[in-house]
Amino acid sequence: MKEMICIVCPKGCHLKVDENNDYSVTGNACPRGAEYGKNELKNPMRMVTSTVKIEGALLRRCPVKTSVAIPKGKMFEVVQALNSVTVKSPIKCGDVIIKNVAGCEADIISAKSM
Amino acid sequence: MFDVVIIGAGVIGCATAYKLSKYNLKVCVLDKENDVAMGATRANSAIIHAGYDPEPDTLMARLNVDGCAQAKELAKKLSVPYKNVGSMVLAFSDEEAATVQKLYERGVKNGVPDITVLSAEEVFEREPNVSREVVCALWAPSAGIISPWEYAIAFAETANKNGTEFVFDFEVKDIKKEGDVWEISSCDKSVKAKYVINAAGVYSDKIHEMVAEANFEIIPSKGQYYLLDKIEGKKANCTLFQCPSKVGKGVLVSPTVHGNLIVGPDATTSDNRDKVNTTGQQLDFVRNTAGKSVSNINYRNSIRNFAGMRANSNIDDFIIQVAADNFIDLAGIKSPGLSAAPAIADEAIKILASIGAELTEKESYVDSREKVVFKELSAKEKAEVIKKNPLYGRIICRCETITEGEIVDAIHAPIGARTIDGVKRRCNAGMGRCQGGFCGPKVLEIISRELNISPLEVKKDKNGSNVLVSETKEEK
Amino acid sequence: MFDIIVLGGGPAGLSAAYSAWKAGAEKILIIERDKELGGILNQCVHNGFGLHYFKEELTGPEYAQRFIEMLKSTNVEVKLDTMVLDVSENKVVSAVNSVDGFMTLEAKAIILAMGCRERTRGAIAIPGDRPAGVYTAGSAQKYLNIDGYMVGKRVLILGSGDIGLIMARRMTLEGAKVLACVEVMPYSGGLNRNIVQCLNDFDIPLYLSHTIVDIQGKERVEKVIVAKVDESRRPINGTEMEFDCDTVLLSVGLIPENELTRGAGIEMDGRTNGAVVFENMETSLEGVFACGNVVHVHDLVDYVTAESARAGEAAAEYVKSGEKNAEIVTVKNGEGVTYTVPQKIRRTDNKFTEVFFRVNRVMADSKINVVSNGEVIATFKREHMAPGEMEKIIIPKKILDSASAEITIETKCEG
Repeated sequence: MKEMICIVCPKGCHLKVDENNDYSVTGNACPRGAEYGKNELKNPMRMVTSTVKIEGALLRRCPVKTSVAIPKGKMFEVVQALNSVTVKSPIKCGDVIIKNVAGCEADIISAKSM
Repeated sequence: MFDVVIIGAGVIGCATAYKLSKYNLKVCVLDKENDVAMGATRANSAIIHAGYDPEPDTLMARLNVDGCAQAKELAKKLSVPYKNVGSMVLAFSDEEAATVQKLYERGVKNGVPDITVLSAEEVFEREPNVSREVVCALWAPSAGIISPWEYAIAFAETANKNGTEFVFDFEVKDIKKEGDVWEISSCDKSVKAKYVINAAGVYSDKIHEMVAEANFEIIPSKGQYYLLDKIEGKKANCTLFQCPSKVGKGVLVSPTVHGNLIVGPDATTSDNRDKVNTTGQQLDFVRNTAGKSVSNINYRNSIRNFAGMRANSNIDDFIIQVAADNFIDLAGIKSPGLSAAPAIADEAIKILASIGAELTEKESYVDSREKVVFKELSAKEKAEVIKKNPLYGRIICRCETITEGEIVDAIHAPIGARTIDGVKRRCNAGMGRCQGGFCGPKVLEIISRELNISPLEVKKDKNGSNVLVSETKEEK
Repeated sequence: MFDIIVLGGGPAGLSAAYSAWKAGAEKILIIERDKELGGILNQCVHNGFGLHYFKEELTGPEYAQRFIEMLKSTNVEVKLDTMVLDVSENKVVSAVNSVDGFMTLEAKAIILAMGCRERTRGAIAIPGDRPAGVYTAGSAQKYLNIDGYMVGKRVLILGSGDIGLIMARRMTLEGAKVLACVEVMPYSGGLNRNIVQCLNDFDIPLYLSHTIVDIQGKERVEKVIVAKVDESRRPINGTEMEFDCDTVLLSVGLIPENELTRGAGIEMDGRTNGAVVFENMETSLEGVFACGNVVHVHDLVDYVTAESARAGEAAAEYVKSGEKNAEIVTVKNGEGVTYTVPQKIRRTDNKFTEVFFRVNRVMADSKINVVSNGEVIATFKREHMAPGEMEKIIIPKKILDSASAEITIETKCEG
């Protein structure tokens, strides 16, 4: 049994998810909560945002993000992969900086035109 | 080889250096910290006292009244923020009214000008926020408020322009005499001088004991303060004291030269002379005690708490003495030391002359200091300074309206700022309500650029107080 | 002479300028103190912005970029790296920059969009030494995300506001150890989503009803003492915990930045720390509007955008047809309500009026009543309300017509 706070809406239901009972969810006030609880335990995914070094721009760092959510357990690996990258200005918001980062089937893309 | 070495770059050491700098002498000021004004000078009530507190015929009485009179002119000449706002001692009972009467008589004896006793009505007229419990008050129109660290900085800069050297990060470990020459050493450096002046503040007894038998003891006394936003700055028009007690002049409420309100201090003794921490209990005490004078201060508008360490001693007066051959103590300079500073410097010079130092005036020396204070300029003047230097057109500290030009000036001044707090003390950037939240990163960048050092090397304050620890995205 | 001068090029100013342009104002100027538009969004590199307004999740810089791109299709002028020193009652703006020098600019209407600043250590009187290593979360965020520097390695966070939580995750991902987040209130000031994804994901403990009682360290923070607090938020002796850390980040609230507003003599509201505004975001000074965090601190940038769009449209309308004269309904706080925006509503022909407010505690299954002359004239139900979440009710014209010159917004907790 795993306890968690639902983040689907501001109410913040305290969910209990039973991994031994087909991920059945209790404590939820709505069906969206049940789905959240289940996914959060089976396959939690997170967007990762960070920065990379940039040369030739007004500032020294360019904000980046993953193009889609990645497995929660891969977050540190993804951020680590950014350390070896330096991009050059000009760069456009949405430009791909690293393809298929850390084997997550997500790209690292620029979040700002610089 | 110097003629005179001054130990301590607080306001006493700096005032002495300034006054000495008009003579044909080679002078050097040593300090263990990385800037001037790093001890009691930067953390006190910022008051120029009128001089009714000290017992008549003491050094404190004479030098306070003299220093108070000098401050007005010095502040003007050296561009130090100063306001002659006057001060009141509030009496809340008949017993305290008697104390006020006693202070009045003492003030007259000490030569404090234009001192009077005000009725309650007269007090309320001048100070509408003062508690209605007041029965009468002593009024001393000669008292003032000042920026204490800028006072010291102005003295230091002017002295430096006249050739006085300043050596920082020099913690005196040993003082020896060989023949007529004093040798003062830190861990890795030493300087030699004919005369030594001990202006080492809370450490003045330790310095004294390096050359002579102990004949006084510093008993450091910590005082804690609130500094409030300018919104509260008008709650007092002059400095409001309560009746003094054995431990000091009590908790005051006062405007500051920068337009804020200052409330404090308490007084607690401390074994650690460098630990200027604040405590919840004593801050509560300061607030509660000040409430007796002005009850409508909104402490939600507090912008800073701080504590300072006063060099109180076991002697009821300043300790100005020849401690050994050609070695002068300016020690135990407790309150009203800031007020008395220029007069203490004069006293030191008098003693120097009496023990044989040759004092001939230089043919020419600088005795003025100018600086651009952008926010005080008229629209036309603002336009002109920006035309001359576009950096005056970029506001860095939005709370205090301080420009990049002023920050660069502070860094390249004679005793220039090396740290974020050093910049703050010289031009007020970061002194306002956001306390450097917005301008801190920009000031850091400017210091790094102007001194050509890595941002990682920039310090907030003392050595070791680096702001940043590493770069992001470093390959491990 | 400008039609409209907008003070501030953050999310509020961008939205106000864009909507004023769309509503027909022609000569519009944005004055921004930074070297680029976007304001604090530029340092908020995390995502979660735009769900309401753009119906997709964006990072802060992306959200800003959308508006910057939208402005490119207009003739809105921008002065960057420019600071406004003063706004006069007759709508003359004094400003400086390095290129133009000292300027006085006139406008028919002004929109105040200066945003807010963070509360500091001094504002909450945290006792202790004064070493380096104590930062507001926003300053640390700028160093980290814009400048590329870490402010510390072992971090304690005071306050569970969203910026603090976001920084807990950012610092952790960048290699710092975040030891705990400490909150003086019995509930978190941040969004649940941030508690989960910024603290729980990284096993960072959240200590509710705790505060810092001492910061120790000679040059740099070395140790922080945390204690539990009682119901009146006073530390309880004997509950102290020690944390060995080099950094304290403060996320203890935001304060609207209204020095220019006060300087112009505009009526202020002590509860919001912002200007008193009408339903169209006009202040007590005719033709001067205010929007975004300078009026009251918002939870979501999307709400700032929406509010600022209303201010922009109203300013454009004012430029076109001058001041509206109408009877005024004053909005008062009732039980459980800490403030409302607007504080005053003109009886115009608007079909409805939105009233935003905050409650003073967590409430379950509650009612929001609109009271006039002691009578409830409208009721709204809520399953959940909390101080950290701005509430909104929509009052139809019919209800407002039935109200007296003063209405009170109150809450009734049934749970």
